[in-house]
Amino acid sequence: MVFGRAIVWGSAALLVGIAAAQTLDRTGTLDLGFANWRPTLYAYVLWAGCLCWGQVLVRGEQGKRALFVLPAVLFVVSLVVFPLIFGLIIAFSDWNLSSPTGRKFNGLDNLRQMWADPFYWNALRNMIWYMLAIIVEYAIAFGLALLLNSQIRARKFFRVAFLMPLMLSPVAVSWMIGKSMLEPRFGPLARLARFFGVENPSFFESPEMARLVIMALDAWTYIPFMMIMILAGLQAIPKEVQEASRVDGATAWRGFWEVTFPLMLPVSITAILIRIIFKLKLADIIINVTSGGPGGATDSVTSFIFREYRDRSNVGYGTMLAMVYLLLIVIFMTVLMKLVDRWMRPQY
Amino acid sequence: MTDAAASPQIFRDSPHDRPPQLAWYASRLAIYGMLILWTVICLFPIYWTITTSFKMAPDVMKGNMVPWWDYTPKWLGWRSLGLSPDTITTESTVRAEFLGRFLNSTIISLTSSGLAVVLGSLAAYGLSRFSYRFGYMRNADISFFFLSQLILPPVVLALPFLVLYKELALLDTRIGLILLYTLTVLPIVIWIMRDQFAGIPAELEEAALVDGLSIWGAFATIILPIALPGMAAAFILSLVLTWNEYFFAALLTSTYSNTLPVMVASQTGSQGISWWSMAALSFAAILPLVIIGIVMERYIIKGMAAGAVK
Repeated sequence: MVFGRAIVWGSAALLVGIAAAQTLDRTGTLDLGFANWRPTLYAYVLWAGCLCWGQVLVRGEQGKRALFVLPAVLFVVSLVVFPLIFGLIIAFSDWNLSSPTGRKFNGLDNLRQMWADPFYWNALRNMIWYMLAIIVEYAIAFGLALLLNSQIRARKFFRVAFLMPLMLSPVAVSWMIGKSMLEPRFGPLARLARFFGVENPSFFESPEMARLVIMALDAWTYIPFMMIMILAGLQAIPKEVQEASRVDGATAWRGFWEVTFPLMLPVSITAILIRIIFKLKLADIIINVTSGGPGGATDSVTSFIFREYRDRSNVGYGTMLAMVYLLLIVIFMTVLMKLVDRWMRPQY
Repeated sequence: MTDAAASPQIFRDSPHDRPPQLAWYASRLAIYGMLILWTVICLFPIYWTITTSFKMAPDVMKGNMVPWWDYTPKWLGWRSLGLSPDTITTESTVRAEFLGRFLNSTIISLTSSGLAVVLGSLAAYGLSRFSYRFGYMRNADISFFFLSQLILPPVVLALPFLVLYKELALLDTRIGLILLYTLTVLPIVIWIMRDQFAGIPAELEEAALVDGLSIWGAFATIILPIALPGMAAAFILSLVLTWNEYFFAALLTSTYSNTLPVMVASQTGSQGISWWSMAALSFAAILPLVIIGIVMERYIIKGMAAGAVK
């Protein structure tokens, strides 16, 4: 018991000590010759280990229970909360990694710059377009799930085939489809377009077309994901329910809209919510296929910030954009979940 | 059905209950037509990539599609990677680079998925069985805390991590990427595993506890074997996500710990791409997951369906 307390507090003291020493070293008060912050990291890991061990020693059975959750909590807190706080500091500073001046606190300048940055607003507007594409993806995924759920042969083959796009890395997909199949001269899809009478098929010239192609590529990769969730939902519906509706004389069409679809609502909403979350992170394909062009028409927020860092190493401004994006997402998701909650409640 | 229709009936079927032969065949045709159409949409890019990796320049220009039919397969693309039969024994810098990236990807995705499954399963088990209080936070709050990490877009973390890793000398190391990848898949693992453990009756461990096992003993000997398929599902789903991850890898690695997607992307950017070698590289990058997808399809579907139905 005493030993347990001792190791926890001892390692904590060690952590604070090393961190303090390193801070002094960094500010130049003391010269201890630390090359990097690794010692603090090791002290932190030691403290985290001791905290877990100490739980068992001090609190016995309760501690053993806490030990299930504690490692994951510590892991997430140290890897999310700490960088987020750090990110907030960066967000309010003028920091260009390639300039020698280092970090300078500049108050709300980044916010002001963001307000006047047409490309950021453009990227946010694009995100709305990308979000709307989810409706179409959902419709297709639902259709495919219905097909897979009907009486067919070789169901397993079709399931594996339909699942394939999800397994492929977006970067490889960018090349396989975005760069090679959509190549305007020799790509098979360009040939197909010519076969159907399009004179000069170009997929990334006009902003609308480019955005549509990006939507299609992204949809191609993620439709299987929604499809499988919906399929799981379809299979969980007892067969009797559909039979009952048939006995009552409903056509297949009405049976779907009045029985199957309402029963599928909870699953659909989960699938769409998760899909929205994934969509908000959309970047890989855009970075690799169009890098935001033409004229920022395909930029997502993530790809825009990525280039902001890649091309200008503008860490401070980029972080501010990311923080604002996070804020918008949190507001958007909260409102969305509240709405869904209110809308779903009368059903139960 | 046809027998019933032929025999003298007392109850007559309404018209749309009778097996309407023509309509039935039409609907079959439509269903299989759509299934095959979508299969082509899904598989053609993969087919295109494989065949292109065996083409020569004129074949690409002419748009030949079927090997041995309208063009003769050549090892061109694979030779540029150093993986064709005649170059496999000789020294090749490209192959060395490719294998290095491949190894990085393998190590990083396997380790981070493993770590995520261990941390996530423990947390999910704890949350499904015991009630906790960390300050004002209860079980529901802790669960929400974990799952809310899903919303966090990678950009928010990317730049702070870039600076932090620089200070910690973790930039361009495998450990750095492993930690981040574990973080990104952890919520998904917890989501899946919570569902798995909720499906296992608590009486099982209660019996084990009566028999004198400790909590951890009961977890390891009773629960773990039952939850193993679920853990496999979570592991494979994490593997897919971490293997394909590009954003963090592009930002945080440069020379030593590049992953395969970064290598593919860096080749895409260069002008005058040689189609056959890009095709070979892309195909080599997706091959492991294509195999996993075919062999482990059951687990992937199980993992993704876990959260859906409930």
